[in-house]
Amino acid sequence: MKVKIKVWRQKNQESKGGFKVYDSPELNSNMSFLEMLDVINEDLTDQGEEPIAFDHDCREGICGTCSLVIDGKPHGPHQGVATCQTYMRSFEDGDIITVEPFRADPFPIIKDLVVNRKPFDKIIQAGGFVTVRTGSAPDANAIPISKEVADTAMDAAACIGCGACVAACKNASAMLFVGAKVSQLNGLPQGQAEKDNRVLNMVAAMDEAGFGNCTNQYECSAVCPKLITHDFISQLNRDFVAATVRKSFKSKPSTAKL
Amino acid sequence: MNIVTALLKTSIGKKIIMALTGAVLIGFIIGHLVGNLQIFSDPEKINAYAHFLQGLGPALWLIRLFLLLCVGLHIWMAVLLWCENKKARSQSYTASHTIQASYASRTMKYSGFIVLAFILYHLAHFTVKATNPEYNEMMWTLADGTVVPDVHLMMVAGFSSLTVSLFYLISVGLLSFHLSHGFQSMFQSVGLRTETWGRALKVISIVLSLAYFAGNAVIPLSVLTGKVSRPDSSIEAVAESVSSHLNTPSG
Ligand code: HEM
Ligand code: FES
Repeated sequence: MKVKIKVWRQKNQESKGGFKVYDSPELNSNMSFLEMLDVINEDLTDQGEEPIAFDHDCREGICGTCSLVIDGKPHGPHQGVATCQTYMRSFEDGDIITVEPFRADPFPIIKDLVVNRKPFDKIIQAGGFVTVRTGSAPDANAIPISKEVADTAMDAAACIGCGACVAACKNASAMLFVGAKVSQLNGLPQGQAEKDNRVLNMVAAMDEAGFGNCTNQYECSAVCPKLITHDFISQLNRDFVAATVRKSFKSKPSTAKL
Repeated sequence: MNIVTALLKTSIGKKIIMALTGAVLIGFIIGHLVGNLQIFSDPEKINAYAHFLQGLGPALWLIRLFLLLCVGLHIWMAVLLWCENKKARSQSYTASHTIQASYASRTMKYSGFIVLAFILYHLAHFTVKATNPEYNEMMWTLADGTVVPDVHLMMVAGFSSLTVSLFYLISVGLLSFHLSHGFQSMFQSVGLRTETWGRALKVISIVLSLAYFAGNAVIPLSVLTGKVSRPDSSIEAVAESVSSHLNTPSG
């Protein structure tokens, strides 16, 4: 099979980008979407043209590095599948496929299809952790956790932080990502000590980065390669309300006044 | 961070203001509709009810101020959120794509602003009576002898105009549309929606909006079709009194 790709080319963050159309060479329909880009890039290199820059790493759907908006949908046509796990057999011979970078002002374009997703790291640094003593590993199952709580935390932890939720959201909101990361730890016994600070700090980091606001349209969960549910956004809102109310009325230790 | 800054300064806080003010407005519009449905009873009923509301005095003004505050906050937050959202994606996609965002959810700002225009017209029409000064002449004598504004006659006279009725129908239609997303959305915004009852919530939201629309639509439709009417003499009496005012220099 052969396809045409209409792809976004942009030299760097400052320059103005635009679309270019390229013909693929003959493809095997079992090639992945990224392999299709690889072979087009080989052709481009042979012709002395700059290859198309795109993000990828594991190519097995677990690292969250690949991105791309394919025909308007982040991670391509399927549900619950990352770009790296999308195959050419999902397209028709002769298709013209539009490939754009994730578009959100907090994710500036570095080059072509590569965007800077550093704001996600900043959000994690603001509270996406549990502070523990390092040293010898604790006994397994020393802390009792109900199966339901563990499973829900696992559902949230499935987030690979790719940013497709931001890319799909009509408002470029990061609520699904933040919801998953907050809920994953806030639900577990180990996360309780820092629960309120976690949600307040992570939301502050999210706002600081300039993401948009959630309007409850759920485009995020619809494109999530890990099918993270927007129940975690509701949970985030609830935790935020509870933390704000508690913070506003709770008496503070004397050291906090120093 | 205290509650006020959390509400006004954070993304989630602003959404919570939208939801809480939205909830107050929903409570109001449902109460308002139930009050209006008294038009299907004797004119005495709705006129006495309107008189009772007018008689609340300072309490009425407190309620009005509170509603104004809610509408003001709702619109202020809508505009703020909208601007922030536009700023978060200054370059839009070439291929537009929607998977599950409802049409109502994508047009909230448009339905909202048209509803605002309608609210202003509605206040000018029936509350201030600026559009129809002759409504000031419409009076009704209650069973106890008190002379009060004839709200029933105002409604009949207002909705006898096809244009006015159509405008009301379209506006409450848009408001119902606004609610079909707004009602379910507010539960998510305050963290009360989950997948466990999300489907039920969606159904409740749509049924509520349809019921709200039907309840409102039946009023102008009943007037237009003559199901709710007044003896011609009461309308003529007003017309005469207005023209006699206009003819006397002092009036
Ligand atoms: C009686 C009148 C109104 C009622 C009952 C009402 C009700 C609601 C409700 C319940 C929501 C959902 C809040 C949430 O998502 O948490 C909402 C959202 C919204 N309303 Fe209204 N509203 C009214 C008037 C208006 C007006 C006049 C505007 C004009 C600007 C407006 C603009 C919006 C917008 C833009 C949203 C979307 C917010 C979002 O999804 O983030 N509304 N409304
Ligand atoms: S490249 Fe790792 S998830 Fe796609």
